[in-house]
Amino acid sequence: MLFDFSLLSLVIWLPIFVGIAILTINDDRNAQLIKWLALIGSLAGLLVAIPLYTRFDPIVSSMQFVEYRVWIERFNVHYHLGVDGISMPLILLNCFTTPLVIIAGWRVINKRISQYMGAFLIMSGIVNGVFSSLDAILFYIFWEASLIPMFLIIGIWGGPNRVYAAIKFFLYTLLGSLLMLIAFIYLYRISGGSFSILDYHKLPLPLVSQIFIFIAFFLAFAVKVPMWPVHTWLPDAHVEAPTGGSIVLAAILLKLGGYGFIRFSLPIVPDASHYLSDMMIVLSLIAVVYIGLIALVQADMKKLIAYSSVSHMGFVTLGLFLFNVYGVEGAMVQMISHGFISGAMFFCVGVMYDRLHSRQIADYGGVVSKMPVFAAFFMLFSMANAGLPGTSGFVGEFMVIMAAIKINFWYAFFAASTLIFGAAYTLWMYKRVVFGTVTNPNVNQLEDVTGREVLILTILAAMVLWVGLYPLPLTEVMHVTVDNLLAHIARSKL
Amino acid sequence: MNFLLPNLSPAYPEIFLLAMGCLVLLTGLVAREKLPNLTYLLTQIALFGCALITFITFTPDAIYTFSDMFVDDVMADTLKMLVYITVSVCLIYSRSYISLRGMLSGEFFSLVLFATLGMLVMISASHFLTLYLGLELLSLSLYAMVALRRDSSIATEAAMKFFILGALASGFLLYGMSMIYGVTGSLNIARISEIIQGGVVNHATLVVGLVFIVAGIGFKLSVAPFHMWAPDVYQGAPTAVVLFISSAPKLAAFGFVMRLLIEGVGGMANDWQGMLIILALMSMAIGNLGAIMQTNIKRMLAYSTISHMGFMLLGIVSANVDGYGSSMFYVVIYVIMTLGTFGIIMLLSHGVYEAEKLDDFKGLNRRNPRYAFITLLLMFSLAGIPPTVGFYAKLSVLQAVMNAGYIWLAVMAVLFSVIGAFYYLRIIKLMYFDEPENDIFISPQRDVELLISTNGLVILLLGIFPQTLMALCIYAIQSSVQS
Repeated sequence: MLFDFSLLSLVIWLPIFVGIAILTINDDRNAQLIKWLALIGSLAGLLVAIPLYTRFDPIVSSMQFVEYRVWIERFNVHYHLGVDGISMPLILLNCFTTPLVIIAGWRVINKRISQYMGAFLIMSGIVNGVFSSLDAILFYIFWEASLIPMFLIIGIWGGPNRVYAAIKFFLYTLLGSLLMLIAFIYLYRISGGSFSILDYHKLPLPLVSQIFIFIAFFLAFAVKVPMWPVHTWLPDAHVEAPTGGSIVLAAILLKLGGYGFIRFSLPIVPDASHYLSDMMIVLSLIAVVYIGLIALVQADMKKLIAYSSVSHMGFVTLGLFLFNVYGVEGAMVQMISHGFISGAMFFCVGVMYDRLHSRQIADYGGVVSKMPVFAAFFMLFSMANAGLPGTSGFVGEFMVIMAAIKINFWYAFFAASTLIFGAAYTLWMYKRVVFGTVTNPNVNQLEDVTGREVLILTILAAMVLWVGLYPLPLTEVMHVTVDNLLAHIARSKL
Repeated sequence: MNFLLPNLSPAYPEIFLLAMGCLVLLTGLVAREKLPNLTYLLTQIALFGCALITFITFTPDAIYTFSDMFVDDVMADTLKMLVYITVSVCLIYSRSYISLRGMLSGEFFSLVLFATLGMLVMISASHFLTLYLGLELLSLSLYAMVALRRDSSIATEAAMKFFILGALASGFLLYGMSMIYGVTGSLNIARISEIIQGGVVNHATLVVGLVFIVAGIGFKLSVAPFHMWAPDVYQGAPTAVVLFISSAPKLAAFGFVMRLLIEGVGGMANDWQGMLIILALMSMAIGNLGAIMQTNIKRMLAYSTISHMGFMLLGIVSANVDGYGSSMFYVVIYVIMTLGTFGIIMLLSHGVYEAEKLDDFKGLNRRNPRYAFITLLLMFSLAGIPPTVGFYAKLSVLQAVMNAGYIWLAVMAVLFSVIGAFYYLRIIKLMYFDEPENDIFISPQRDVELLISTNGLVILLLGIFPQTLMALCIYAIQSSVQS
């Protein structure tokens, strides 16, 4: 039972401590040691997270694996952790992604390896902390702390315009989160001195305060998701980030925003959420349609995938603000699935970039003749990105469209248009990169994927197909929690 | 006529420090050539002795002496202990810097000790005259310290500005005090407070006096619009002196504000709240916007100080014990961060070269990852990003401000913090994202190395366990404001 009691702490702190240990080595001559240590650390992180799934009780809606200790008495801040059906899959996604990122950087990163590996491990722990915190200040600390490693990853190992991208990323997210902090302090006052998120769920609030709190939360979470029109940091950050950074950014950090809406906005200010749901739906649809169109005209592969991320994340916010089971579960499945697909897409671009040092679509063409294995994997992920049935991309989008059609035909109509646009921009990119004649002589020098890359691609492909063909293990753990959440939102707090 | 010796025990640390200050002055005269480190050691011994005396004579009750002109309460003891530690750390950081520049002589150390004495008197004052006496002792020592490098025109200019503006501010302060004296008929802080609370005085004259007092305080705290001296002094003075000016005197200035505004004219909170809000907002605006444009690190930190002092004032604006406690916590944290930052700047000043351009931080991560990491922690802490302690400093002040009902003020403070984050991030960018311009190996002495690592660690550890220090600040404020 002791093991159960501190399981979440272990999931959070194990990667952080391994990361700190790696940082203290800080010598590029020990590269092999550092890499293996990082890999073992990340795999251990995944291993300790597995009991979260196997010992999770899917029929209970309350928090599980709870830890509760007094931390800062003066502010009544507690070290309060716990997971439910919404946060648990996201923690697993994060723990699953970290080893892949470590392997992805195995050969590519040659300078300051320990800082690179350490940053990813520390970030992995911090993100687990975000997903499992039940105390607002604890949440906020993890939330902000996650900016630091990402800022350094983009800035140190990124591309030519990395400084601009890193600072933009940091300041955008900081502005949003500080307003969220104000909202927390306000709630602390109203609730009579509590920072417990679960207390906030029960706290009655007048509509005007709810709207202000909603706006504060909205700014914090919308920047992270990112929603139109505060998405502009994402393409910059992605383009300049190293492959591992892009994977983590797309697969994990964007989920923080979606998670924030589920954990904070919806249950704490349900009336404001209903009141402003039209705005949220419209913004989501703009993201889906308009950003989809923008993706169509990109010349840079990473930018294209970044915009496609914004468009896909639009489904998440759309699903959440439809207030029905299909919508919320669809949003959750979409988040998990987007984690696999976007991670895989960025990895594919990284594979090509490592060989040709270009991300421009125009520099490629006819890759299939030199890299047939890679082309097959890339095909699968492109199809998944376009939402082909049988892949994970289809499940979430389909559920959200189903939910939308119950509310309003036009919502569903615009949402469904992504199946066309998504197919258009992804497959058109795929066609230009992989097929056609070889125009760039460098493409002729390409070599097919190595064993290390095949390993990552196979694992990701398996996950994409698994969620696509048999999503039940995923939806069953979240079902009770989502039902409970919807019942909670349906009750007015005025 | 019988002559009664006053109870000296509350003032033992001050008396000891005065004696040691004179001793250091004499030793410096004699042992300048033969034993250059003797004065340094004596100074450290003096500080340690003071700390010991303060610790031994500690009582939870307030003891008044010298006809109620001098008080020894918990807040005074706490602030004094912090002052000793701060000054001692300052000296350890600056020893090799000043010895390389030929300032390792008696004057520097005796000036430090006299300035420290001034701070102690300010902290313990319970009378307007004592307050003013301490303030002037501190200020005059600081003017002299800024001017220590006589051959530098920029230092002389800074000292002149500092002196003229400082004298003006002292004049303001005295004028304000005299008006309050005119209305209440007393200079004793407790007595003034009683009379004002009694409410049968000429309110208009009091408010005019208050305006002058707030202006004087504003100058000493370097908050806008009385901040003009800070950037020039920070730029012109030797870094070791800047380190001193920007650290310990801020603690004393906080004590000064507490004695004067809260214990003295606390009954007029409604009047000074509005003034402080204006000062705080202007400081945060001017400080944060001004810092963005700087290329000189010392100038940039001067503007950063202005914005931090503005933020600190917000806690006082809330006019309750929680608010004062959070302000005190903020000042203490600010001092810890400043110590570390200037400590790093002095590390970068190798030989007689002055590291004062932002570019001196370029590629520090390549040259020395450990110091780069410490600076990273310091910068994130100054920007108020968790898990560093700067976050709690901001959190506690914001919480106090919002408790007092000023939500809009908290929002403004937060917006300025985002602007502020930019220039701290720029230093991190220089250290981590840029290539180094030179490959000079940084090899500090062991004590400095150990201390600066501890300093960085404290930023992080206090960020994870801030409880003790917060409780200490609240306790100190509670036991003296309510008594």
